[in-house]
Amino acid sequence: MPQEPKPRLLLMGLRRSGKSSIASVVFHKMPPNETLFLESTTRIQKDSIHSFMDFQVWDFPGQLEYTEPSFDLEDIFGSLGALVWVIDAQDDYLDSISRLNKTILAIQAHYPDINVEVFIHKVDGLSEEFRTDTFQDIVQLISDELHDNGYENAPVHFYLTSIYDYSVFEAFSKVIQKLIPNLSTLENLINTLCNNCGFEKTYLFDVLSKIYIASDTRPVDMSCYEMCSDYIDVIVDISELYGYEHRDRKIKGEQAQEAESHVVLHDETMIHLMEMNKYLCLLSVIRNPEAKEKKGLIDMNCRTFQEALNEVFSRSWEEQEAEQGQLKARPDPEH
Amino acid sequence: MDGRKKKKKVLLMGKSGSGKSSMRSIIFSNYVAKDVRRLGATIDVEHSHVKFMGNLTLNLWDCGGQDAFMETYLASQRSNIFSDVAVLIYVFDIESREVDRDLDTYHAIITALKEYSPHAYVFCLVHKLDLIQLEHRTRIYEERSALIRSRSDNFAIDTFGSSIWDQSLYKAWAGIVHRLIPNLTIIERFLEAFAKRIDAEDVILFERSTFLTVTSVSSEVGEANPYKDRHERLSNIMKAFKHCAARNTHTTPASAGFVVMHTKSPLYNVFLGRFTDNTYIFVVVPPGEAAYNCAVLNTMLAREGFAKATNTGYGDGFPLPAMETPDGETTNSNNY
Repeated sequence: MPQEPKPRLLLMGLRRSGKSSIASVVFHKMPPNETLFLESTTRIQKDSIHSFMDFQVWDFPGQLEYTEPSFDLEDIFGSLGALVWVIDAQDDYLDSISRLNKTILAIQAHYPDINVEVFIHKVDGLSEEFRTDTFQDIVQLISDELHDNGYENAPVHFYLTSIYDYSVFEAFSKVIQKLIPNLSTLENLINTLCNNCGFEKTYLFDVLSKIYIASDTRPVDMSCYEMCSDYIDVIVDISELYGYEHRDRKIKGEQAQEAESHVVLHDETMIHLMEMNKYLCLLSVIRNPEAKEKKGLIDMNCRTFQEALNEVFSRSWEEQEAEQGQLKARPDPEH
Repeated sequence: MDGRKKKKKVLLMGKSGSGKSSMRSIIFSNYVAKDVRRLGATIDVEHSHVKFMGNLTLNLWDCGGQDAFMETYLASQRSNIFSDVAVLIYVFDIESREVDRDLDTYHAIITALKEYSPHAYVFCLVHKLDLIQLEHRTRIYEERSALIRSRSDNFAIDTFGSSIWDQSLYKAWAGIVHRLIPNLTIIERFLEAFAKRIDAEDVILFERSTFLTVTSVSSEVGEANPYKDRHERLSNIMKAFKHCAARNTHTTPASAGFVVMHTKSPLYNVFLGRFTDNTYIFVVVPPGEAAYNCAVLNTMLAREGFAKATNTGYGDGFPLPAMETPDGETTNSNNY
């Protein structure tokens, strides 16, 4: 079976709108305040992300004139998963919008399936009210112009983002989720788990980027998301401090191969974390005080979920890896 | 309540703008580092009482550092300020351009302290170390602390390099409170016996509201941990998470907290729980789920004995009855 091309995320927008900062913060764990020192991007930065699913992030220099005939549109937009257009909300955005519209119109004829995701970025500097106004203004401008050009119901989505809080992770999560072929299966699985265990909210996180690739379908609750995301940090940090090998360590018995952790807060809220595989973690917020007594049951249900999850994913990539592993192992019978 | 309730006077001094109030706010008032820019200059002396470990109350005198205030401290208010001092914390700004003048002021303070409270502990914090490039930090800090020592007369002083932006602040303050806690040797003896019994690699006692390390015990394997600053880092990690929890459960950081935290992984098991009213215990044990569960139960049982140990102040009566188990065998919950 030929390997499917990796989905590609394109980061585009005017220069200094924050594309490289977003890529660095989300995919390279750069502290937000250090992005001030990032150099201007001069050529296309291609980043391969190896995680639960492999994808590429292309960071485009703002000044690049990719619509000129010297650029091969197929090369850029073929096998594209999503186009992320970054607009600096603190700047004059009319220019950016007209460029975005030009781009959408240029590609829609050939690649109608591309999701266009507009990040209205740097909103941390705007007041709450001004944020909403800007958001509505931009949405209106873009849809009007597309409408004038006879393009209705364009697949364009809008997000308010900032690298100084969780919004950019939240937005990226939504973008990535659209690229996951079996998202609805995952969501169904999580919903089942959630309802049966009485969880308030459950997320399936990619540990490295802290993007969530699926969640139950209840309304988004930012506070649950923040606590889950920060709890991953706590566990990752503690693992860094104590996850060292030592030859004199006395192993005292059986232990599950996947990490499991939970914390009970002062108001009886429980945050439960369970490692699913190398890349993914299941995080749940439980507000039912009885959960403490039924911890074993919750663990067991999560393990069942884990099996189901790995089955969903094994179809695509793990089997291939296993096959490759077998191939490598084969020409060595003599030893 | 009882006679052992200790109130200790702590002077926080240093030049204006050196960061005294900032660190006080972070450690004791649940500020996060980036919020301290909201703080204004301290006028005269700000008194605050910090309850620490139940029977220890720190009476914190945050002394505004402008020259005019400094002069009155040394002149008209001399006896008021410097008598009955248990601890003097003097903060130096690493970026200061008048090092000699700072040291002269420091020496004047030390002279006054010698006069009124000759038995006080002195801690000097070389602060804002984050502003120095990483490769020069140790050298510049060593130089500065040697200078400070040379001007400290007969006081045996401790110096710490600190910055509000990383875990060094927790290290410095943990060092300070470590000196102040009464009965510390008893607490330590208890923890040591306890850690051995449950085969723990690391046992750390954190103060509840500040998350400062009160004391800790490590086994041989625990000592081999490549992170020597792990305790401060943990303070930092847990406090950051406490802020997050407070923010998202609509409460103040002061009233937020953890009931219990368990983490099991193939290389280590960690348990964090309330120990006494004012402390959290953090226990790291090697892999093995059954043994881990026993360790958790034992920790819960050891609470009582520990509370007794911190209150009585007498060392006899160890090891604790709750911990008495048949030799080498781990305690089973059915026994109780």
